[in-house]
Amino acid sequence: MTLVLNEEQRLLQDTAREFLQSSAPVTALRALRDNKSETGYDNALWQQMTELGWASIILPEQYGGLDFGFLGLGVLMEEAGRTLSASPLFASAVVGASAILIGGSESQKETLLPAIAAGELTLALGLEESSRHKPTLIATTAEAREDGFVINGRKTFVLDGHSADQLLVATRSEGEGNTPKGISLFLVPRQAEGVTVQRTIMADSRNAANISFDNVSVDRHALVGDLGYGWHVLEPVLDRGRVALAAEMMGIALECFERTVAYLKYREQFGALIGSFQALQHRAAYMQTQLELARSVILQALSSVDESPEQLPLLASLAKARLNDLVQLVTNEAVQMHGGIGVTDELEIGLFLKRARVAMQIFGDTGFHKDRYATLCGY
Amino acid sequence: MSAAERSNNVQDLEQFRLEVRDWLQDNCPESQRQPITPEEQYYGGRDSSFPSDDARIWFERMRDKGWICPEWPSEYGGGGLSPQQGKVIKEEMKAIRARAPLYGHGIWMLGPAMLEFGNEAQKQEHIRDILNGTIRWAQGYSEPGSGSDLASLQCKAEDKGDYYLVNGSKTWTTSADKADRIFCLVRTDPDAKKQEGISFLLIDMDDPGISTTPIELISGESEFCQTFFDDVKVPKKNLVGELNKGWSVAKALLVHERKLMSELGSDSPREIVVPNQAARQYLDFEDGKISDHELRSKLVEYDMEMHAIGLTHFRTFEEKIAGVRSAAPLIMKYAGTEAEKQKSELLLAIMGSQGLGWEGEGFNRAELDTLRLWAMSYAMTIAGGTSEVQLNLIAKNVLELPQG
Ligand SMILES: Cc1cc2nc3c(=O)[nH]c(=O)nc-3n(C[C@H](O)[C@H](O)[C@H](O)COP(=O)(O)OP(=O)(O)OC[C@H]3O[C@@H](n4cnc5c(N)ncnc54)[C@H](O)[C@@H]3O)c2cc1C
Repeated sequence: MTLVLNEEQRLLQDTAREFLQSSAPVTALRALRDNKSETGYDNALWQQMTELGWASIILPEQYGGLDFGFLGLGVLMEEAGRTLSASPLFASAVVGASAILIGGSESQKETLLPAIAAGELTLALGLEESSRHKPTLIATTAEAREDGFVINGRKTFVLDGHSADQLLVATRSEGEGNTPKGISLFLVPRQAEGVTVQRTIMADSRNAANISFDNVSVDRHALVGDLGYGWHVLEPVLDRGRVALAAEMMGIALECFERTVAYLKYREQFGALIGSFQALQHRAAYMQTQLELARSVILQALSSVDESPEQLPLLASLAKARLNDLVQLVTNEAVQMHGGIGVTDELEIGLFLKRARVAMQIFGDTGFHKDRYATLCGY
Repeated sequence: MSAAERSNNVQDLEQFRLEVRDWLQDNCPESQRQPITPEEQYYGGRDSSFPSDDARIWFERMRDKGWICPEWPSEYGGGGLSPQQGKVIKEEMKAIRARAPLYGHGIWMLGPAMLEFGNEAQKQEHIRDILNGTIRWAQGYSEPGSGSDLASLQCKAEDKGDYYLVNGSKTWTTSADKADRIFCLVRTDPDAKKQEGISFLLIDMDDPGISTTPIELISGESEFCQTFFDDVKVPKKNLVGELNKGWSVAKALLVHERKLMSELGSDSPREIVVPNQAARQYLDFEDGKISDHELRSKLVEYDMEMHAIGLTHFRTFEEKIAGVRSAAPLIMKYAGTEAEKQKSELLLAIMGSQGLGWEGEGFNRAELDTLRLWAMSYAMTIAGGTSEVQLNLIAKNVLELPQG
């Protein structure tokens, strides 16, 4: 177990914080929103991030990676959560890269991973088909043809889906309904014929897209992992995503909490600083206890990716469920404790609140993960 | 190289673990590897006797090995080991379910505080007695009028030249009727500001002028007492720390008490029932899932909470070794004792009417114990500083919120 960051990781944290606070503070997200940015993130910023090695943080050195492991990634995600910095870090460098790393053939790894690391290629995962996270409920079909496959179906809530170069699409190559068996993953260029991308504007001002596949042809080499066994790739990829996202939520919660505590020490009513009221003190102190517990959970989940992947499913569900609850508690209390100004668009707290709600839905809400955790525990 | 330095080496620590394992295997009697009952707990003391021969053998072997408190300095009879080694011993004991050979306020609270604040003569006089189980201690902090607001205490000690004259009373004094001595907070300067006129005194329970009466709890237990001091003469050498500076000793001791309480449950004398095992025994399942959704949801919440708390215990330990400071230790009393209460409620819900038996036929031991532990769980969020007071402390010391 590793529950304390080492020297190297702490240094990474300092650099990341400095960089994001100067280059991508919350005002940057606000600007993307107000200018109705095409991509939903700033490409120049993403290029700077890749120069810092962020896109390759979890990749082994042989593919041009930094090999910092998930604890290193967690540090970046947390800092990005603090500033609500939008970038393809999650969709491409974590989820996309992990899928290739876990399921890709040697030639896919050799061509795709260095390109992801260099920021020349971005990926997005097309998974969901309904408004709730049901990762094995897949109706999109992949039918075998002579030298390839034909894909038909529709995906929703595809993060960075309208800007990614390639889409990793979860399909059903056999069977039907809600089972892991028969799921196959394919790489499809976003510009391929038959792919229609509808950009959606979500609460968090980031990217998500609805994408339909209408007789889209891909060749054999587009398959990632074994035909019909895509779940073996998808499940660990989702768990890595959950853990990374939980780290981002940790950053959101911490930032929101610290801003709120600062406000409690600044705002006066009834001739006193509002932070001296015990009703608020106890709620703040309770949040502190939840933050501490979440901190341990996150560190353990992140380190298990590299150290004990057999524990990852349980820890990923623990982390996602706990952080979902935490980020909801903290953002709600933050708005309430700021009073009227808390519900204005001018204050950044509202942006944290909105991002939190989106993050809570990505790859499973609390109910989903409680159910999974219970099932893994045998009840 | 000292033993503590050597222990930083992972390989040596693994070697140490194997040695501990072998030693425990050879030395811990079979009968000492089962859940302990309240009657079987050995607290030591002048009038004590061992509950069994095996308990005595086990205690003596651990004492001679220096493993009653492995991390205390060896010059006073401790083991002189590093925290990592101490943890290994704890873990290996737990793995074979070895009982604690000795219980009590001496090893849990007074010892650590005295190692920090006592003078050389006091350490020489008291630490070994604690480790040898010859003296049993009670804690005299609370008073009928001073609970959460401990610093408002009134029990007073007047300077009479060669001794202090103590008058007043203490309440909630755990096992004071069986203890040999009591460590007390007393007022030595009635004119100073609350915290600044308090001293930390060691008092012999056999001294003339001391009497105790028991207090019965809702769990049916009555190991608690009210203790009265009527013109009790206490020698001056029994002052720990400086005169009127007892508050700092008191606070250090409370840290140990809270740490202990946050780890509670792992070392309870009652039969410990694990909720998710109880669920298998008492609840209906459908397709491998508990069919009562409400209970399943509560169970998973509890399991996740305990998982998070367990990891946080581990993190505080790692942080201590790495020299990293965090707020984690300060939230543990609150989180740990609230979770314990949550667990008790959950177990009663899972057991249904089988969890409501007070005594007699119709209920097994685990069921009866579950109910008693449920009643006891309420005490945990009160003793050692209530949950509300814990939140106050977090607000003040961690968040540094303005004080009203
Ligand atoms: C089982 C048990 C064992 C104990 N063992 C010992 C022992 O060995 N030695 C010893 O000295 N003491 C012991 N105690 C005493 C214990 O420390 C006190 O009971 C505790 O500090 C609370 O004090 P009180 O009971 O007087 O409650 P009160 O202080 O009267 O509190 C009543 C209620 O008011 C709340 N409250 C009080 N002040 C505040 C505040 N500022 N803000 C918000 N809420 C507040 C409390 O949280 C509580 O809910 C024991 C207690 C129990 C229950």
